[in-house]
Amino acid sequence: MTMEIVGIWLGALLTLALYSFLYRDNPFYKFTEHLFVGMSAGYWVIYNIYNVLIPNLWDRLVGTGDAAPDMMMIIPAVLGLFMLARLVPKGAGLSRISLAMIVGTGAGLSLVTTFRTNCLSQVEGTIIALTGAGTGQFLSNLILVVGVVCGLVYFFFSKPHRGVIGGAANTGITVLMVAFGASFGYTVMARISLLIGQVQFLLFEWLPTIPIFRGLTG
Amino acid sequence: MGRLLERLDKVDRRVIYILMAASVIVPLALKLDFPIPIGSGPSMDLYMAIDTLPPGSTVIISFDYDPSTKAELQPMAVALTRHLFGHGVRVIGMAMWPQGASLGQQAMAQAADSLGAEQYEDWVNLGYTVGAGVSLLRMGSSIEAVYPQDRDGVPYDSIPLMRDVRRLGDVDLAISLSAGDPGIHSWVMMAKDTYGVPVGGGCTAVSAPEFYTYLGTGQLVGLLGGLRGAADYETILRERIPGAPGGLATPGMAAQSISHLVIMGFIVIGNVAFIAGRSKRKGGAK
Amino acid sequence: MRLFVPLFMTFICGMIIILQFFVPHRPFSTLGERLTDWYMIVASAAIFLGAVNLLQVHSARIRFRQKNWQYSPVVIGGFLVMMAAGFGWGVADGRPFDWMFQTMVVPMGATMFSLLAFFVASAAFRAFRSSNWRATLLLVSAFIVMLGRVPIGDVIWRLIPGAAASSHPNLVNEIAEWIMQVPNMAGQRAVMIGASLGVVATSLRMIFGIERSYLGGSD
Repeated sequence: MTMEIVGIWLGALLTLALYSFLYRDNPFYKFTEHLFVGMSAGYWVIYNIYNVLIPNLWDRLVGTGDAAPDMMMIIPAVLGLFMLARLVPKGAGLSRISLAMIVGTGAGLSLVTTFRTNCLSQVEGTIIALTGAGTGQFLSNLILVVGVVCGLVYFFFSKPHRGVIGGAANTGITVLMVAFGASFGYTVMARISLLIGQVQFLLFEWLPTIPIFRGLTG
Repeated sequence: MGRLLERLDKVDRRVIYILMAASVIVPLALKLDFPIPIGSGPSMDLYMAIDTLPPGSTVIISFDYDPSTKAELQPMAVALTRHLFGHGVRVIGMAMWPQGASLGQQAMAQAADSLGAEQYEDWVNLGYTVGAGVSLLRMGSSIEAVYPQDRDGVPYDSIPLMRDVRRLGDVDLAISLSAGDPGIHSWVMMAKDTYGVPVGGGCTAVSAPEFYTYLGTGQLVGLLGGLRGAADYETILRERIPGAPGGLATPGMAAQSISHLVIMGFIVIGNVAFIAGRSKRKGGAK
Repeated sequence: MRLFVPLFMTFICGMIIILQFFVPHRPFSTLGERLTDWYMIVASAAIFLGAVNLLQVHSARIRFRQKNWQYSPVVIGGFLVMMAAGFGWGVADGRPFDWMFQTMVVPMGATMFSLLAFFVASAAFRAFRSSNWRATLLLVSAFIVMLGRVPIGDVIWRLIPGAAASSHPNLVNEIAEWIMQVPNMAGQRAVMIGASLGVVATSLRMIFGIERSYLGGSD
């Protein structure tokens, strides 16, 4: 038996153990679920060490090749240790400093980039000519502009949704319902795609390793 | 009829599960095949964006996903890398999700082996970076600052492909295969809107609807949405490039079709049973 | 005073990042570069924090014989085996770490999330009720998209006499694409603009120290 076939069987048995949950919760499912959590965490830590900490911290601290040691890297190393201080009850204060750095940097970046990409560019993309491209395009552009404006009115809660504002909010929620319907359709599609992937694995990779099913191939 | 609807309303969930499983297994086992129509659309836009790149251009593919969405995004990764290598474009792989680094390596190595692309000359996998948008911001001034070495520990300066690619602005196109955040949002915000690099995307079907907004504004040059997007791309490749192999997504579209019909059937039956039950309750109340 | 240092840190880091967008020259550009270099290290420490926390939780479960404690050694064992394989042989292709990832972690991750297909089917049967006209609109939109995004929608459409020879042989696909590009885009854009204003407001509150809940309390 080659390692490839051992691997396929291992994957198939773990897959079937997880699917056994569909019948009812059972020890095989629980075992596999816990194994998944443990191995995933191990993967994250190892990649973090090899892909981030060694090249971006350790090598710069000690200086590799022609590069001189960068002593400034002691600061993030200490801040990283502060982050771990959270594990000790009295160290929570230190971990706040590291957390503040993460939050501050993230907030500064989000403030500029989210405002520019998700607000200004979207507003700009909605300022479009309604006429000049035929009736169909006119109607589509009109629905787009009215939909965005009315959708925003629906999210505006500082004024009661009555009168003109109420009418606009009603139009907005109608457009949002169509959008949520599309999202639902796509969500169904996504979930089924994941099942298709695993069924393909079982049908076309695992079953052909069993002699009587050898004819099945992708 | 009333009794049937009542029984339907109380049907065991495992019956639903069996029908669901059958709707996927049977079309796959029978190898049902439905033609996939290809017209203009986000998938074709992404194909054109890549196909119009001059040979020798450099593209970054960010594998921002993990095994949970592999079924949707790995077929895209395989099809895109095949197209890029076949077109003579150099590929830099990276990942903002740790497990994407391994999945990306698998896709790139597979395509490179079959098309004769050389690692470090034609492609490289830089690996995982933590920090999402912050890392991309830094890559705008120096990719080496984020990736002093590739996934396998080869120093940046020793990689021939990276000699003339010093910062994000030096690449001709960035593609994010995104299962969520960090993913396409970060790439559009940083690569496109900050450094002016065209960005294309592939995403799970769950997140595809929200990215249509970026397509409308031109912030994304094209988008593959879910397994259908991957199947679209495979079909375009087969139609336009003689001898292009079949992909992983297209054979799944028949199962996808039948299972959509089954889900729609569930919704209709569930609603009929609900309406019948409501009328009965109203009748009883009178 | 207890919160002064972290609040000051948040303010300084936030302002450095903002200013380097507006003044992309020294000193802000170099300060911004330094900060992003450091950010990656500190953010990676958060991953260690998560891993150590996971081990702590499961060790405590074993020690106090809490519910399902028998499975906690599996978590710890899986973690240690991956760590040992990574440290012992590295992460390159074909090594034990990569082999275990491809043959165990990948199928487990993929299967875990594919279970959602069954739950969506069950929810479609039991919970998706067309209780008013707006819910019906949502349902109709979902049906068109579900039919239009798969080939069978147009296969069914072309069964109607004359449809295959018409100028729109892929009508269901075209309608689905129109829904995605017009009403869907309008709705998603409204949500995106609204949410982005929320992000801007929250970011400002954090940078200026008004929002402090992330520091573990409002005091």
